[in-house]
Amino acid sequence: MFSRAYRTAITLPPLLWVAVFLLVPYALLLCYSFWSVSPSQTITHSWTLDNYRELFRVNVYLQTLFRSMWIAARVMIFSLLLGYPLAYYLSFYAGARKDLFYQLVIIPLWVSYLVRAYAWKTILGSDGVLNTLLQYLHLTKHPLEFLLYSPFAVVLTLTHIYTPFAVLPIYAALEHIPRNLVEASSDLGASPLQTFWRVIFPLSIPGVLAGATFAFVLSLGDFLAPLLLGGPSGIMISNIVVSLFGAAYNWPLGAAISLCMLLLVVSLLFLSEKLEKKWSFR
Amino acid sequence: MELPVSAVRSTSRWLPWHVIVVFGFLYLPIVTLIVYSFNGSGVGGFPPRNLTLDWYRMLFADDAIWESVLNSLIVAVTAMAISLTFGVPAALALDRANFPGKAFFRRLVLLPLILPGIITGLSLSMLFHDSHVKLSLLTIVLGHGTALISVATTEVFAGLQKLDRAQEEASLDLGANYWQTFWRVTIPNLRLSIIGAALLIFTLSMDEIAVSFFLIGRDNTLPLEIWGRLRRGITPEINAISTIIFVSSLVAIVSWYRLRTNAENPEVTV
Repeated sequence: MFSRAYRTAITLPPLLWVAVFLLVPYALLLCYSFWSVSPSQTITHSWTLDNYRELFRVNVYLQTLFRSMWIAARVMIFSLLLGYPLAYYLSFYAGARKDLFYQLVIIPLWVSYLVRAYAWKTILGSDGVLNTLLQYLHLTKHPLEFLLYSPFAVVLTLTHIYTPFAVLPIYAALEHIPRNLVEASSDLGASPLQTFWRVIFPLSIPGVLAGATFAFVLSLGDFLAPLLLGGPSGIMISNIVVSLFGAAYNWPLGAAISLCMLLLVVSLLFLSEKLEKKWSFR
Repeated sequence: MELPVSAVRSTSRWLPWHVIVVFGFLYLPIVTLIVYSFNGSGVGGFPPRNLTLDWYRMLFADDAIWESVLNSLIVAVTAMAISLTFGVPAALALDRANFPGKAFFRRLVLLPLILPGIITGLSLSMLFHDSHVKLSLLTIVLGHGTALISVATTEVFAGLQKLDRAQEEASLDLGANYWQTFWRVTIPNLRLSIIGAALLIFTLSMDEIAVSFFLIGRDNTLPLEIWGRLRRGITPEINAISTIIFVSSLVAIVSWYRLRTNAENPEVTV
C-alpha cells in the first residue's frame, strides 16, 4: 500500500544520518587502531599492527582488562543475587502492591548515575556517614579505610546502579510464566522448592541472562565510578583508555583497547542472545 | 495471578526480609543525599547536625550551576528533536520498507545504548577531530541526538505493531496524500509512543555523561559541571542540586504516568 517515494522518504534520511554519525565514527575507531603516533605527536596514517602487539606485550593492559572483567563479574553476581529474589517476590507475592513496588525499583534510576556514585562516596569516606556512624555507636575507634578508594567501593556502587537493570528483565520473564504451570506442579505433589527449581527458575533463565548481560557489559566499560571511588587499586580498562586519549596522547593505542572492548561486548551480547533463544519456551 | 497459598507459604518467610534489605540498599544513598543537603556541617558526619537551608541559598546564587542546567536543557531538547526526526521515520522504515542492510541497521542504531559510552564518545570525538569541527554544545547535541535515536525507534516501532493500518489506507483512498496522511493519521495515532520516547530521551540526555565527556567544549552540561566539582572537593551544594533535580523528575514521572493511564483508560479517573 505504500508507494516507492514514501518508502524512500522514510528510509533515506535516518539511513544517511546514522551512516554519518554512527557508522563512520565506529569505522574511524577501527582505522585509528591500525594507525600510530609519530614522535612529534601527530597521527601517522600508515597501517600497522603495533598497537595490538603493544596491548599483548605490556602486562598492565591485559591485567587491567582482567581486573575490569572480575569487577564486572562480581557486579553481575551481586546484582542477580539481590535482584532475582526481589523480582520473584514482585511477580508472585506482591499482590495489590505490585505496581507500587515496580515503581520503587525504577525510581532510583531517575537519580543521576553520577550523583548516586557521589552519594556512595559521602557514605564510605573516612569521615563519611558510615564511618562516623560506627564511631558514634562506639563499634569502631578509627575510620575503616578500606571502604573507599578500593575495588570494594567500585563493586558496591556499580551493584547499586545495575541491580534495577537486573530486576526488570527477570521480572518480565517471571510475569510471562503461565500460572497454571505452577499450579499443576504443586497439584502433582511437587514441594514449593521443587516447583521453584524445576518449573519457575528454568522458565526465567532468559530474563536472568538479559539482566546478567546488562550488569556485566555496562559495568565493564565504566570509568567514572573507578575515578571517583576506586583509588589506584580500582582502576579499570576504560580509565586507561581515557588517559591514553588525554595526557598520554596515544589515540591509536586507546582505539585498539576500545576495539577489544567492543569485540568482547558484542560477542557477549551475541552469546547471550543465542542462549536466551535456546532457553526461551515460546 | 496469585498462587494458591499451599504453593507459596513455606518459601516466603525470608523473602520479605530480602525485599526490605534490597530496597534499603537502593534507597540508602538517595535518602543520605537528601538528608545531607540540609546538613550545616558538610557532606559527611553522623548524626547530621545544624540543619540549614544555606546550601540551597548558596546554590541559587551559584551562576555556574544554573548556566550548566540551562545548557543541559538546551542539549536535551535539541537532542530530543534530532532523535525523533530520524528515529520515527526509522521505525516506519523498519515496519514498512525493505532495504539492503535492514538487519544491520537495526543492530547498529542500538549499539550506543548497549556499548560502554566511552566507545561511542571516543568514536564521535575522532569524527569531529578529523573533520575539524570544534567541540561545543553542538557536538554534544549531535552525539546525544544520534545515540538516542534507537529509543525513539524502539518505542515507535512497538507502537506501530499495535496500530491498525486501515486508517492510513482509508486516508489515502479518500484522497489525502502521504504527507497529509503522515501528519494527520500516522503521527496522531502514535502520539503516546512519541511522547513516551521524547520524555525518555530528554531524561537520558539530561543525565548522560560518558559520551559528553569526550565531546565537551567550553560550556559544561550539568553532569559535567558536577563532575568537575567532585574532583575539586565536595560540598552539600551538590546534594542540594541533586535533590531538586530528583524531586522535579519525580513530579514529571508521576504526571506522565497519570497522563498515560488517563489516555489508555479514559473511563477511569486517577
